[in-house]
Amino acid sequence: MTQWSGYLGLILQGALVTIELTLMGSVLALIMAFLAGMGRVSRFFALRWLATVYIEFFRGTSIFVQLFFAYFVLPLIGLELTPLQAGVLALGLNVGAYAAEVVRGAIQSVGREQYEACIALNLGRWQGMRHVILPQALLIMLPTFGNNAIELLKATSVVSLISLADLTFQAQVVRSQTGNTLVPFTTILIIYFALALIISWGVRSLERRMARGLDGVRV
Amino acid sequence: MSTPIIKVDAISKSFGSFKVLDGLSMQVMPGEKLALIGPSGSGKTTILRILMTLEKIDGGHIQIDGEQLYHMERNGQLLPADERHLTKMRQKIGMVFQLFNLFPHKCVMDNVTLAPMLTKGTPRAAAEKRAMELLDMVGMADKAKSMPAQLSGGQKQRVAIARALALSPKIMLFDEVTSALDPELVEEVLNVMRKLAAETDMTMLLVTHEMGFAHDFADRVLFFDRGRIVEEGKPDEIFRHPKQERTQGFLKKIIAAGHRV
Repeated sequence: MTQWSGYLGLILQGALVTIELTLMGSVLALIMAFLAGMGRVSRFFALRWLATVYIEFFRGTSIFVQLFFAYFVLPLIGLELTPLQAGVLALGLNVGAYAAEVVRGAIQSVGREQYEACIALNLGRWQGMRHVILPQALLIMLPTFGNNAIELLKATSVVSLISLADLTFQAQVVRSQTGNTLVPFTTILIIYFALALIISWGVRSLERRMARGLDGVRV
Repeated sequence: MSTPIIKVDAISKSFGSFKVLDGLSMQVMPGEKLALIGPSGSGKTTILRILMTLEKIDGGHIQIDGEQLYHMERNGQLLPADERHLTKMRQKIGMVFQLFNLFPHKCVMDNVTLAPMLTKGTPRAAAEKRAMELLDMVGMADKAKSMPAQLSGGQKQRVAIARALALSPKIMLFDEVTSALDPELVEEVLNVMRKLAAETDMTMLLVTHEMGFAHDFADRVLFFDRGRIVEEGKPDEIFRHPKQERTQGFLKKIIAAGHRV
């Protein structure tokens, strides 16, 4: 009989690393999404161009290669990253590129009449964006942001390849030490699924809270 | 006689190959109430949108309150206006839209106070006090905390009027403000505008299909057709004794459609 409790502890440690990666990666992804997404609708050509290059590059190359590049190639030009830093960087930039298109789409889906009201009320471009357009666009972004966050959570498993001790890495450790595949991988399957559920539940309740009033039900 | 507050000089504007405004000129005196009528596509809404800087012009000049709207003078030369100049000029003009264009994520009060607080730096307390006065004037004071989605069309439009007034513009533009309303809600909005006309000396330009209201409200009526002003005059002249054939034809159609003049 294998001593499962010790191995379970190992897997839970891995879960903490996965959660940490997901949270930090999401923060970076969110920042990149807004920078690049708003860059895409900027009136300055250089900003639009920069945002487009970033988005196309990071959507168009594999997260696996991006991670290896961050961890193994950047040191060659003197940029030494810890596995965690490399993981957050690759995940954040990769998912941020997808989410940037969500930001752009949401900004553009806010009705023309809202932009015209901003002009008629003499709001500056940034004032209108900040107080009128973005608050409405945010609600449109949220469901897709939820998808992106779940994608990011699942993509964290690639960091096991640069020997960061996340869920997947720990499951492999347990497998090699016990010879049992069923238990560790079923366990992490359930944990990944539970984490994804928490994300979609969180996003949905956030969405409900923000939508209050827009449909006339706020009291 | 004082000088015109709006001076439109030979404005042209095309959407693609469709010429909406064709060398349009007009002048409006301070405090004047103007009704712009005419068939759809005649350019009456476009000239309002141009005055609000929502459309660019292809040619011509506009002066608002003695200053060029789309141009600025630099060393004796007329240059295209930059954003800063437009911002300065927009302070003189307010607009109310056919579809209200309220901010759906902000309550009635915040809809009205947002622009004064952001563009004029009015402190919140002062902005809210002024907003309450305006909401009271349009009969919406008791709905200050409501969200736009909870209001009827007529109520939304009255809030939109208060919102535009909060910036104290010299000129107010009303673009078919009752066209999107259920018939029984039209009167409450028109009442607010009558009150506004009686109580303020604002210059008001009104694009409308409510001929009865245009007749009572306006000092002068302009009949638009195909991007030009075909006929203008006192409401009685235009509605009772139109001289131009096109004006007569238009009014006949409107009456046939059941509108009262």
